[in-house]
Amino acid sequence: MTENASIANAAPTKIGRGVPLRGLLRSPSGMAGLVITGILAIVAICSLLGWMPADPAAQDPTSRLQPPGAANWFGTDQFGRDIFSRTASGVANSALIAVIAVGVAMTVGTIGGVVAGFVRGVPDTLIGGVGNVLFAFPPLLLALTLASVFTRNWFTVAIAIAVVYTPIFVRVTRGPVLTLREIDYVTAARATGMGAASIMLRHVLPNITGIIIVQVTLSLSWAVLTEAALSFRGLGTPPPAASLGSMIFDARTLVTVAPWTLLAPGAVLILLVVGLNLLGDGLRDALDPSRKGRR
Amino acid sequence: MTSFLRHALVRRVGGALLTLVGVAIAVFIMLRAIPGDQVTAQFGTEAAALTAEQRAALESYYGLDQPLIVQFFTWIGSVLTGNLGFSARSQQSVLDMTLAALPVTLELAVLSIVLAFVIGVPLGMLAASRPNALRDWVSQGVGLAGLGVPAFLLATTLLAIAASEFGFNPNGRGYAPLHVDPLLNLQQMLLPALVLGFGIAAPIMRTTRTAVLEVRSLDFVRTARAKGVPPRRLQVHHILRNALVPIVTISGLQFGYLLGGAVVVEQIFSLPGIGRQVLLGINQKEYAVVQSTVLVIALLFVIVNLLTDLLYRRIDPRVRAE
Repeated sequence: MTENASIANAAPTKIGRGVPLRGLLRSPSGMAGLVITGILAIVAICSLLGWMPADPAAQDPTSRLQPPGAANWFGTDQFGRDIFSRTASGVANSALIAVIAVGVAMTVGTIGGVVAGFVRGVPDTLIGGVGNVLFAFPPLLLALTLASVFTRNWFTVAIAIAVVYTPIFVRVTRGPVLTLREIDYVTAARATGMGAASIMLRHVLPNITGIIIVQVTLSLSWAVLTEAALSFRGLGTPPPAASLGSMIFDARTLVTVAPWTLLAPGAVLILLVVGLNLLGDGLRDALDPSRKGRR
Repeated sequence: MTSFLRHALVRRVGGALLTLVGVAIAVFIMLRAIPGDQVTAQFGTEAAALTAEQRAALESYYGLDQPLIVQFFTWIGSVLTGNLGFSARSQQSVLDMTLAALPVTLELAVLSIVLAFVIGVPLGMLAASRPNALRDWVSQGVGLAGLGVPAFLLATTLLAIAASEFGFNPNGRGYAPLHVDPLLNLQQMLLPALVLGFGIAAPIMRTTRTAVLEVRSLDFVRTARAKGVPPRRLQVHHILRNALVPIVTISGLQFGYLLGGAVVVEQIFSLPGIGRQVLLGINQKEYAVVQSTVLVIALLFVIVNLLTDLLYRRIDPRVRAE
């Protein structure tokens, strides 16, 4: 649903090699995205290393639903757990699942897209057909159904999300490869007797890294949202591990008495998604100057 | 209609049909991959107490002893004849359940997309009217918020605040169908449609902005301006009309998502729509319900996409020629 809102108009078209860091730093939205995701990444890493004010799972019945203060920066939840530590751990968990999911989607999708675009013929038809089938499911519904089919653990949740985003990588990479395969140096490489596999690796793949990087950033933001929606439904990050989605679910009945229980995970989730979106937009503008200011 | 055009149409419809066959296979495989079969699902832990003969009898009753390919065609055959299965829990056929749930989801989807259009298109035009000015930044900010605020978070918050601060909780009173109590029904649809509409307004706004900027730089717009077309007429009749193709495409796609993607929002606002039917099926392990409902949703999605495609062929004759 809305989580996957910009799939159709997100696909970048004319993007070259590499990451132009300087261009990214010059665009205000890219800079903002970099700062937001950077801070959240540091917090998540600290959480993974255990550098937190409290154990995110430690319950304390004597200090339930405490408002934010010096002892608990973001307050405590209904079990007396420290919300700051839980939110940080939630970011780490969501990010972990999102990274695995997008990693899998990128690998499978890019291989599929490059092969389909470069080889054409039967593989192209087959890969396109599978893509069309997957596109026929509304994304969140597909992720929900898959997540409910598997026995739940980190990896299956990530795979359920990955299946949804793989066809997007296929679509985004296939188009440029169609153009690339007709370019002179590819023809030249073929004339020198280079095999199809090595041409794809040496000449085609490096030319679509820009597109892939942009797509990875945007997909990460959708994957974070999907994971949060799954966790909200109790189908995401397995408990007792903290997750932004399940924290929001738990807070929904408490919001009138203890608004901070919803505020912290909600705000951080929005920040994470917006940060990744800004970063993706900034990267796209930096990689394709003709789009600057138009998006 | 030229024969070329008819050919393109046939190919498009044929492709959609092929996709649907793939969808059916995918749904079938997905639900057969679940650990435990229908017998286990129905009897729960008691399934272990069944004797081998009882289990075999049940399996033969459900057709589970048949080869997978036979099971698949049996299922497809019954779906094609209108038998979508039976929900043991609600003692209703899945067809009846779906027919009851579909209008709820359709109404919600239509209201949401209308709201999204009303918010997104003017906002996108406003942003494009002066790129990189304050109005552009504000509109883009709203768009970013629409992308970044998850529907379930917005829904939860709105529901809680409306109920506690304003005593407004029409959704707590049991669903009222449109033809029974239109006033209550619209009140019940208000918040969910707002939540979904806000989220969808974002991509519509972004698409409108990009498309308007692109069209505005074209020669015919300059010509129109030069011959003295009034600005408002220029905006609507010349620019917007030509920018409509991408806007209609993205709206159609979003409408398709809404039909099955409003799952969580329907659940939060207790609207008995088709998304909630899938979720209930998943929660109660009624895979017959999940299987057929997911198939129906995918079918709707494919049809909506096909219609979108045909619609923008109508709007823009240039697409027809391609």
